[in-house]
Amino acid sequence: MGNDYILEMRQITKRFPGVVALDDVNLSVTRGQIHAICGENGAGKSTLMNVLSGIYPHGTYEGDIVYDGETVQFRSIRDSERVGIVIIHQELALSPYLSIAENIFLGNERASAGVVDWNATNSQAAQLLARVGLTEKPETRVADIGVGKQQLVEIAKALSKEVRLLILDEPTAALNDEDSAHLLGLLRGLKEQGITSIIISHKLNELLDIADTITILRDGRTIETLDNHGPEPVTDERLIRGMVGRSMDHRFPEHVSHVGEEVLRVEDWTVYHPIDQDRKVVDGANITVHRGEIVGLAGLMGAGRTEFAMSIFGRTYGTRVTGRILKEGVEIQTHTVKQAIREGVAYATEDRKRYGLNLIDTVQRNISAAALDKLARHGIVDGNAEARVAERYRKELGIKTPTVAALAGKLSGGNQQKVVLSKWIYAEPDVLILDEPTRGIDVGAKYEIYLIIQRLAAEGKGVVFISSELPELIGTCDRIYAFSQGRVTGEVARDDATQELLMTYMTMDKDVTTR
Amino acid sequence: MSSPDLNLVPSEPAGGFTALRGRLAGLGGNARQYGIFAALVVIILLFEATTQGRLLMPDNVAALFRQNAYVMVLAIGMVMVIIAGHIDLSVGSVVATVGGVVAVAMREWHFNWLLAVLLALVVGGAIGAWQGFWVAYIGIPAFIVTLAGMLIFRGLALVVVGQSIPVTDRTFNGIMANSIPNFAGRVGDADVVTLAIGAALIVLAVVAQVRARMSLRQHNLTVEPAGVFLAKIVVSALGIGVVAVLLSRSTDGTPYVLVISAVLIVIYTFVMGRTVFGRHIYAIGGNRQAAKLSGVDTRTVDFWIFVNIGVLAGMTAVIVTSRLGTALAAAGTGFELDAIAACFIGGAAVTGGIGRISGAIAGALVMGVLNQGLSIMGVDPSWQQVIKGLVLLLAVAYDLVNKRRAGTQ
Repeated sequence: MGNDYILEMRQITKRFPGVVALDDVNLSVTRGQIHAICGENGAGKSTLMNVLSGIYPHGTYEGDIVYDGETVQFRSIRDSERVGIVIIHQELALSPYLSIAENIFLGNERASAGVVDWNATNSQAAQLLARVGLTEKPETRVADIGVGKQQLVEIAKALSKEVRLLILDEPTAALNDEDSAHLLGLLRGLKEQGITSIIISHKLNELLDIADTITILRDGRTIETLDNHGPEPVTDERLIRGMVGRSMDHRFPEHVSHVGEEVLRVEDWTVYHPIDQDRKVVDGANITVHRGEIVGLAGLMGAGRTEFAMSIFGRTYGTRVTGRILKEGVEIQTHTVKQAIREGVAYATEDRKRYGLNLIDTVQRNISAAALDKLARHGIVDGNAEARVAERYRKELGIKTPTVAALAGKLSGGNQQKVVLSKWIYAEPDVLILDEPTRGIDVGAKYEIYLIIQRLAAEGKGVVFISSELPELIGTCDRIYAFSQGRVTGEVARDDATQELLMTYMTMDKDVTTR
Repeated sequence: MSSPDLNLVPSEPAGGFTALRGRLAGLGGNARQYGIFAALVVIILLFEATTQGRLLMPDNVAALFRQNAYVMVLAIGMVMVIIAGHIDLSVGSVVATVGGVVAVAMREWHFNWLLAVLLALVVGGAIGAWQGFWVAYIGIPAFIVTLAGMLIFRGLALVVVGQSIPVTDRTFNGIMANSIPNFAGRVGDADVVTLAIGAALIVLAVVAQVRARMSLRQHNLTVEPAGVFLAKIVVSALGIGVVAVLLSRSTDGTPYVLVISAVLIVIYTFVMGRTVFGRHIYAIGGNRQAAKLSGVDTRTVDFWIFVNIGVLAGMTAVIVTSRLGTALAAAGTGFELDAIAACFIGGAAVTGGIGRISGAIAGALVMGVLNQGLSIMGVDPSWQQVIKGLVLLLAVAYDLVNKRRAGTQ
């Protein structure tokens, strides 16, 4: 194999305030190949592609991009598209109420003097659709076709821009098996037509199946680039070894287990996607939680952990939810958030700004929001008692704010997270589900959050800890469940937990599920 | 929760810079809320000067409260709707419909005045329930529901009223026209009853504020700096005092409608500040998703907000019908816009979550003073509209620019 690179990214470093997202990353893509990139959540895959496509314009990162032998400086996504680099994001960027043809030519209309030529639009769209194997009429509304076909429309749109380097970010994450197979077949077909692809995916079997070359990223660094056709076959164990091994660098507080009686058992829990109602997002999941136990839920993006938790918490996610929830052996119903809270189940969201806090209200009122009834008599709130509660949590959890009358939106991420935790601790649940409680907060604040979690367990609560950081789960939890594609694919006790073992379960295909 | 002795993390040292910053932050939130009152005072003084003192002549002050009672009552309901993130365009039409029903009830069915007032509140509440149903349980945006309501209830008003129905009940008409009887005579040219009411209110206001502060102290909570506290007491006492003295020198003393408005203001300030219901309104306006995930039944709250503004529109119908002595099919035209403008001038946020009863009332008074001042000056009504529109625009622009500056700090 010669060194005919269509793309070389050299020593790319991208910093965000307080974080180095990419650290001296090198990526070389051979012309006409399918090049796969894999890595954990937060390894820097998407950031790298955003640098490449000009979403992060030239000048906001360090390093060089050489495309087709020339150094390029993209200032926007338009610049990169002009030379044939097209990125298709995980969240599709189609306008649902426009037709397929209109979407394909959006921003690139078949028009003269500002007047759209509908015949040209539709006939050219039909040709492009044929190339991606779609038989839909170009006039069909995008909202009326499934996600799999929408993905193909995105590719048709890319083809209309005369794509030479196609980048797909988790293209099959939202697809069923049939649609995935079709999409991968299409990529092979495009390769024969000379189009180079970069594919980002968590599905390792898929990558091994389709890729010519695989680059592994970890913590913003290139770990290695493997030739899939080399003398030594690449295995998924090999990929997993490269992906994990994130250092256990933040220390974890000493953990003493106090596991008691079973407090929560979820049986055969199945949830379907709220819009794409034939897609199982959670598939027959079973978990148990004991008093005083910290139970981790590990999984890659799209594994269904958040959906699992939210569907338990007042059916706030999904449709056609089936399964049983038992608390201390007795079946309970949690159809509404109120019911869930009354039954002692609480859920602290992963997106605290969108779903966790009222940013334009005070810290005090955010802390009391989930259990205001405890502070009220005959519907009248005791403001002084409320202020005392808020003060207590400010001290106990170390919320750094000048006063509890300050607006929640003015606090730092770590302190906002403590406000969310205060809110749920004050609601006195028996089981507290924490979804990515340390996301986006600094190392010092993380340590404090671990302490709070341990204290809750020491008080006899069952804690369910959802995290994408494996060291964090291994360092804190008594037991860890691994999710993959909506299923619980593994259960690992604290003493047996290693990053490699968890990652093996987390990337397991649902067909070979073992329990 | 237990183990209060467990102190996980050393909290930031109290005192010094942090405490000072805290004090300023506490004041900062209040400063914006006081801004509208400062603006009101400035506008009053401005017109007092340009009208050579005629604006604050006792009878003009009484007229100001009479003529703007409808905006104040509606603005109370409207600000709650707006804080929750909705809007209500139908209140003007609802006022006309309810007014018609009330007039028919008294004329055809011989209701006495008290029954007629109760009927107005019930019919208003029922209309609110109708609109709340569509907003809360069907999920149609309030803009659409109440736009439809604007048409529906204007039409129904025409059906019920025709052109107009006279109201002959003396007591009913007196709700607007009459004042608290002057049974204690006058001292000089001042009505003693009005002065007594003013004095009582000052005592109540001072006692309430002092008690609130003592209670905070008792619970070891931070209190406002003494200077701010004293200033607040002096300003509120002065405000009540000035209004009472001016009114006492008017022909009739304290109008009943002012009493009604004042009682409503006190009740609803309490509801919004101290009750679970009020909290839930702020919570769903500030972040509906977060409120839902905290167990707030957002649909129930939405429903009752609309029932509430319906009842207040019923009250407004009583005030308006009593004022005219007749029910008109065209009554209430444009009231919704007056109420909405009052809320936004008073600092409510278009996106919801922010707003106060006191702000909406101040906004209503700003509009009222502008109306009256410009009329006394003899400004053409067309230009009055232009000026009021500009004031609304500038008030909201000022708010937004301020917020943006605060956000980028």
